[in-house]
Amino acid sequence: MQSTPGNNRRWRTIKSAIVSALSFIAAILVVAPLGFVFFHLVRSGAGAVNLSFFTQLPKPVGEAGGGMVNAIVGTAELLGIAALIGVPVGVLGGVYLAEYGSARSNRMLRFIADVLNGVPSIIWGVVVYGLVVLRFKSFSAYAGGLSLGLIMIPLIMRTTEEVLLLVPNGYREAALALGISRWKTIVHIVMKTASKGIVTGILLALARVAGETAPLLFTAFGNRFWNHSLREPIAALPLQIFTYAISPYEDWHRQAWAGALVLIVGIFFINIVVRLLTRNPAFRVL
Amino acid sequence: MNVVTRPSIPGETEQPSLATQMSRPSRFGDRAFEWLTLAMALAVIALVFLVGWQLARGSQLAIAKFGFHFLTTSTWDPVAEQYGALPFIYGTIVSSLIALIIAVPLSIATAVYLTELAPLWVRQPLVSLIEMLAAIPSVILGLWGIFVMIPWLKAHPFPLLKTLFGWTPFFEGPIYGISMLAGGIIIAIMILPIITSVSREILRSVPNLQREAAYALGATRWEVTRIAVLSYAKKGLAGAVILGLGRALGETMAVTMVIGNTPQIKASLFAPGYTLASVIANEFTEATTDLYLQALFEVGLVLFGITILANLIAQVLIKTMAGATTTRAVQ
Amino acid sequence: MIETAVQSPNSMSQQVTDQGTHLPTVAPTEVPAFKVQNLSIWYGQKQAINDVTIDIPSKTITAIIGPSGCGKSTFLRCLNRMHELMPHTRVEGKVLFQGEDLYGAGVDPAAVRRRVGMVFQKSNPFPTMSIAENVTVGLKLNGLRKRSLLDERLEKSLRMAALWDEVKDDLKKPGMSLSGGQQQRLCIARAIAVEPEVVLMDEPASALDPIATMKIEELIGVLKSNYTIVIVTHNMQQASRVSDKTAFFYVGKLIEFNDTKTLFSQPKEKKTEDYITGRFG
Repeated sequence: MQSTPGNNRRWRTIKSAIVSALSFIAAILVVAPLGFVFFHLVRSGAGAVNLSFFTQLPKPVGEAGGGMVNAIVGTAELLGIAALIGVPVGVLGGVYLAEYGSARSNRMLRFIADVLNGVPSIIWGVVVYGLVVLRFKSFSAYAGGLSLGLIMIPLIMRTTEEVLLLVPNGYREAALALGISRWKTIVHIVMKTASKGIVTGILLALARVAGETAPLLFTAFGNRFWNHSLREPIAALPLQIFTYAISPYEDWHRQAWAGALVLIVGIFFINIVVRLLTRNPAFRVL
Repeated sequence: MNVVTRPSIPGETEQPSLATQMSRPSRFGDRAFEWLTLAMALAVIALVFLVGWQLARGSQLAIAKFGFHFLTTSTWDPVAEQYGALPFIYGTIVSSLIALIIAVPLSIATAVYLTELAPLWVRQPLVSLIEMLAAIPSVILGLWGIFVMIPWLKAHPFPLLKTLFGWTPFFEGPIYGISMLAGGIIIAIMILPIITSVSREILRSVPNLQREAAYALGATRWEVTRIAVLSYAKKGLAGAVILGLGRALGETMAVTMVIGNTPQIKASLFAPGYTLASVIANEFTEATTDLYLQALFEVGLVLFGITILANLIAQVLIKTMAGATTTRAVQ
Repeated sequence: MIETAVQSPNSMSQQVTDQGTHLPTVAPTEVPAFKVQNLSIWYGQKQAINDVTIDIPSKTITAIIGPSGCGKSTFLRCLNRMHELMPHTRVEGKVLFQGEDLYGAGVDPAAVRRRVGMVFQKSNPFPTMSIAENVTVGLKLNGLRKRSLLDERLEKSLRMAALWDEVKDDLKKPGMSLSGGQQQRLCIARAIAVEPEVVLMDEPASALDPIATMKIEELIGVLKSNYTIVIVTHNMQQASRVSDKTAFFYVGKLIEFNDTKTLFSQPKEKKTEDYITGRFG
């Protein structure tokens, strides 16, 4: 290293530049799929996204046209049920992690929440099938919503915890010094201060499960028609995309692209809006 | 504080004192709320056990019937009621390894670029793009995989690989497009964002002192990165990779759509394969007999076991690296 | 989490009951607001307060001075049990407030804090609330619903905090929109809105400019007629300007406690003299 300092230095600088260039190329390659996928979604899907896509039921094979209105509404219903399960458990659990509990037990709970977050989504489908579908002998919107809601729990719990920890202690102290009880301080002062962040976490969790397909395969199951009761199978946008994509029919492929475009625009919309609203470091980690 | 009523203050003429008009402080609300939140936090533990219990219960019969052979035999024949999960385990591991081979260098290089090299104005937009990639649902990536990626792979890269490496067992045989390799590639795309963003967090947690010390010795940018940053962050980066592996093992929809779904063990990466997750996705609703369903539950149990293991290891590595990042709020 | 070990010094119980029975008849100024006896506080292994005994008189302003790290802030916080918010604190000794043991079994810290309010070093109006909401939140969350009474308390508290004239037309504006000094006075209004008997102030003016500081000091002087005030300050001029009594703390111990004038003109202890003449700290 020391023998010819000048040459050596130049070579080392060149090497550094090469590595910089390579890492730049790697970054380009990482985001390239995003561009390709989006490009093809627009190219193949935009043509089929029209008014009837949002207003009509799917047409049987062979008949052109038709829409996915039942799947769009179904996804909304499933997300509603999921939120009813995931939001209270996730938010209150996050409150415990941020406001109560010893450092040690919280470290463990946090750890388990993170591990739970890594459970493949299809597993939730299997579990809910065993818990709900087998028991009630029917696929249902409830089962589908439950499987999505369970996925949301650790996601919401962790984001809630992180935004609550960002609330300065001064506010807790000020409230407690007024003789306000601990729980009212948490609910009316701390959570209120962090409400934007909590909502952001909920929306991101919803955006995440909105595209989930695997847990719905044998819980919500899908439905070509309107769902009349939450105890019956229900259509969902991602399920419909899957069914159409693996079918042998051209018409259906086009519908799959259109559905995918609508789904991704919805998901990106939530993501972008939410991130613009709160420039909060807590949501940087996926 | 209930015994003494406050003495009235001269000059304050209010009829009943303010204190009497306020509700009595009660510790009941506090207790109830703490217990409620604790119960919700404990839900995560309950869920882990619920999943394990449900999967084990659902696969009792299959476990009793096939025992350990379930993991070591490769016949998956619903008609003959013979179930061996080896092809799925093999497919899951091989497709995940392919994914890691592709994704790890790209992700870590990108994370290095993001934390060490990129101009500041590039960083945030690039991070946002990576987050958007992460937000693409698996089923949409699968759709793109079937109709765009597979035809392209079949037309260009696969024949090239065959000419170059066709003499090895890994790239021989006919090219269908749908294949173990295609499955691995699509998984790679799915795990790029998570490995990148976790690696980035890890690299960001490397103290600046480390870098400054290396710069002070006259090191170049790359040397600083290699000596001060990467070697310091080794453990955490390993955690990021294993976290990516955990995701890869459980990836379902996109893989199911491009891997070919054939329960076989072939050395050639051009041959179709099958994974634990995709066999559940494909056959669960078709499982007509109890034993068939039980076998699929057991596949789920195996998948749950290995992903939990991967995630446990990953979290341990990441957390020991990141250290105590969150400080406690009010006790 | 919080271990509160209270040792009852031998003869104290007698005195407590004496005071309890005398309370209604004795003029407030003659009964100490706080009787602190042999108080020691630990954070984990670290002792922050070491065997402090002091009587803090009612309806007066008591200043606590001392170099940073001397435990003055910890001492202040133990007067309304705010120090318990830190993990692993332990208290020995007694703090009697109006003759009642603040650390007695079954005493709810929230009930203590309702009677012993606090103003902090950094002004901290609740960011999601308007000026009016900031003042009334303590009453509302403590169960007071009557609109007319809330409005009355709002005006009265803001007037007492010498803020009413400045904000009466902007009550709906966010509390955070005020200037630093106004924010601190808003916090004082918030603290007195729940009608505590004592207001603890932890360096209330240390983050303010001289003019805002002066206003706060004037305000403290006015509040004296209705409240017992204990103020922690690192600023000796401030202590001598505003307070009636001054306590000097040094490494967790109470070194000297006397009328402010006396303490600053004829300190009895060498340490006090060194400190007030600027020889350390």
